[in-house]
Amino acid sequence: MAIDTVLWSKLVTGMTLAFHAIFATIGVGVPLMIAIAEFVGIRKKDPHYILMAKRWSRGFVISVAVGVVTGTAISLQLALVWPNFMKLAGNVIALPLFLEVFAFFFEAIFLGIYLYTWDRFKNPYTHWLLTIPIVIGAGMSAVFITTVNGFMNQPEGFLMDGGVFTAVDPVQAMMNEASFSKVFHVLSSAYLTGAALLAGIAAFTMLKKGVTAYHRKALNLMMGVLLLFGLLNALAGDVSAKFLAEHQPEKLAAAEWHFETEKGADLVLMGWLNAENEIIGALHLPNFLSFLAFGDFNAEVKGLEEFPQEEWPPLLVHYLFDLMVGIGFTLLALSFLYFLFVFWKKRNELNKWMLRAIALGAPLAFVGVELGWFYAELGRQPWIIRGYMTVEEAATSSPQVRLLFFLFLLLYLLLGTTCVLVLRRLFRLNPVETELEKGIGKDKKTEKGEPA
Amino acid sequence: MMSYELIGISVLWLFLYGYLIVASIDFGAGFFAFYARLTKQDHLINRLISRYLSPVWEITNVFFVFFYIGIVGFFPDTAYYYGSALLVPGSIAVILLAIRGSFYAFENYGSKKNLVFLFLYGATGLFIPASLSVALTLSEGGFILKQGETVSLDYWALLSSPLSWSIVGLAIVSVLFISGTFLAFYASRAEDKPALALMRTYALFWSTPTIIVALTAFIYIGQHNDRHFQNMMDLWWLLALSVAFFMVAMWLLYHGRRYGLAFICVMLQFFCAFFAYGIGQYPYILDPYITIQSSATSPSMGMALVIAFIGGLCLLIPSLILVFKLFLFDADYVKGKK
Repeated sequence: MAIDTVLWSKLVTGMTLAFHAIFATIGVGVPLMIAIAEFVGIRKKDPHYILMAKRWSRGFVISVAVGVVTGTAISLQLALVWPNFMKLAGNVIALPLFLEVFAFFFEAIFLGIYLYTWDRFKNPYTHWLLTIPIVIGAGMSAVFITTVNGFMNQPEGFLMDGGVFTAVDPVQAMMNEASFSKVFHVLSSAYLTGAALLAGIAAFTMLKKGVTAYHRKALNLMMGVLLLFGLLNALAGDVSAKFLAEHQPEKLAAAEWHFETEKGADLVLMGWLNAENEIIGALHLPNFLSFLAFGDFNAEVKGLEEFPQEEWPPLLVHYLFDLMVGIGFTLLALSFLYFLFVFWKKRNELNKWMLRAIALGAPLAFVGVELGWFYAELGRQPWIIRGYMTVEEAATSSPQVRLLFFLFLLLYLLLGTTCVLVLRRLFRLNPVETELEKGIGKDKKTEKGEPA
Repeated sequence: MMSYELIGISVLWLFLYGYLIVASIDFGAGFFAFYARLTKQDHLINRLISRYLSPVWEITNVFFVFFYIGIVGFFPDTAYYYGSALLVPGSIAVILLAIRGSFYAFENYGSKKNLVFLFLYGATGLFIPASLSVALTLSEGGFILKQGETVSLDYWALLSSPLSWSIVGLAIVSVLFISGTFLAFYASRAEDKPALALMRTYALFWSTPTIIVALTAFIYIGQHNDRHFQNMMDLWWLLALSVAFFMVAMWLLYHGRRYGLAFICVMLQFFCAFFAYGIGQYPYILDPYITIQSSATSPSMGMALVIAFIGGLCLLIPSLILVFKLFLFDADYVKGKK
């Protein structure tokens, strides 16, 4: 019975986080794109980019609503579903949780102002300046909440005394060694995903309705951002792998199915395991794991055999890891190819296959984010605070948590479908062409006090 | 030098009060919007409501998360006791909040004029304060079962207690009263005569049940938790002030003048009552399991949180003033000209 409630607790939280991650990523990534588009629009005096910022922010606010309410859900679930965890860890992680709410508060205030002041300032840059606190607030809330996750992976900043944390140093707990690589990876992947999403939408629209100047500009801008953050994200992934090799070798070993400690370890791609944990059908890149982990082809990489088997993460994480990395590189390659075509005049960068690939890139980027989080979280099992508290000890003992799983499942189905329907309506009924015809300066909707 | 846990609980109580006011306006507005639609008076007030709420709905939600994260940060034991006991009512509140928040955005920024969205928005506006008020009832003690290490909620005691029902009733009617007074004030600023007339009627209508249920709840606290009741009696002057502010607000509303002052009086009325309630509960957060001193977090974390508070407020207060200037006190915006 006790184990049963633990499983249901994991499922409730996993489901909430997986659903929230979609909207949280949009919430962090898209404001930067809106800010860039509005800035370019003011700079070039090009109404297309201004309209882009307006349309993106209109869709953005719908997804923010879902992000806000699921974020509220996850913050309350921390205490409702994991009361023992909060009782213990609350002493150490309260500071970043608290700062996260401040950052979010800040973002919420300026988002409200931004949406309702399109035509209220004489200088267009004044309105643009409002995007800065939004981008910073969104980014900082990701930073703070990621340090909490960093702490759960790499607990620091306290002494353990008789089952309670003493001599707490909240700042050290926040700036733990896992935080930097995690924050870097989370931010770069969120911006990458935001760009992939908007590029994907532009490509999809051009596939259906043909090429227009507006969508072409949107695609060009977003592919540029995608290339930049694709590169940064690959770097962030590398930093993360090196961090894991040094501090959480069991997680990297599980991801790579690296059982025996050895020098010059191979990188294993895909494949499967037989009953004796032997790897079949995989692609081996000789010595690459050592290089990936330590920047040296002959370095020694710790294998899973060094850890007691009950502390092994589930070996399934190998696939999550491989697919995540694969998606990251695919998106980077795609943006690279796009600009190759742009500068190499013989090829048309807007050919059908290119657009199809870019359109597919949007959902792929989200899959990548989800896989990455599943890898990070499953790879830390069985611990909730690595080395100090297991997931089993932290969960609620109330059997009602099973019922709640289904209630929340219903809620997310309802929110997810309604959100998609509302977004479709919003953009179908009001395509770019009609908005351009109406003239951007005299948007009728603004006069009625509705968000432009 | 006040100890950090006392600073913590005072600031958090202030934040909870802030949430009480802004959330009441929001929750009540949802109900009024729906009720006005049913009685075919929605053309009078809907624009008024959405003009005020659209830029601030997200801020309201943050007030709540802020209080919640603050209290589990300063007093981690509260997470354990309240978290274990409130798994079901807390989750229901979360689900209602989620439906309400997102459907507000769907209705206002997305598709228009959807009766189902409006119904969900209006109905949840009354259920949320009811479900959140359970936490206040729990703090009086006697509703939590503790067997060994397992904490659970005594549903039968909760559902059969007149105290819990009177607190639920108080939550609902005061939401409607606060919201009605605020929207009357907002309508008067907008110089929107028909909306003002309607909102003034709503505010006057909900004033009587507010004061009656408040007295009832007070009497039931006396029967349930004598210590809390005696402490509040020692603060009789705060309660008397609260009643006085209520009378002034009623007088102003009834004579139809100075709506801004009337709303300030209502705010002060609840401020006095809320602080008398809170100070009377000292030193307990959950009678008898959690006191402010026993559950406080480590001093270093307490200090860090207080510093974060001060730093954060330096950012927040100017930003909130900016919002008020742009949307609440900008006469042209309120009237719909911007």
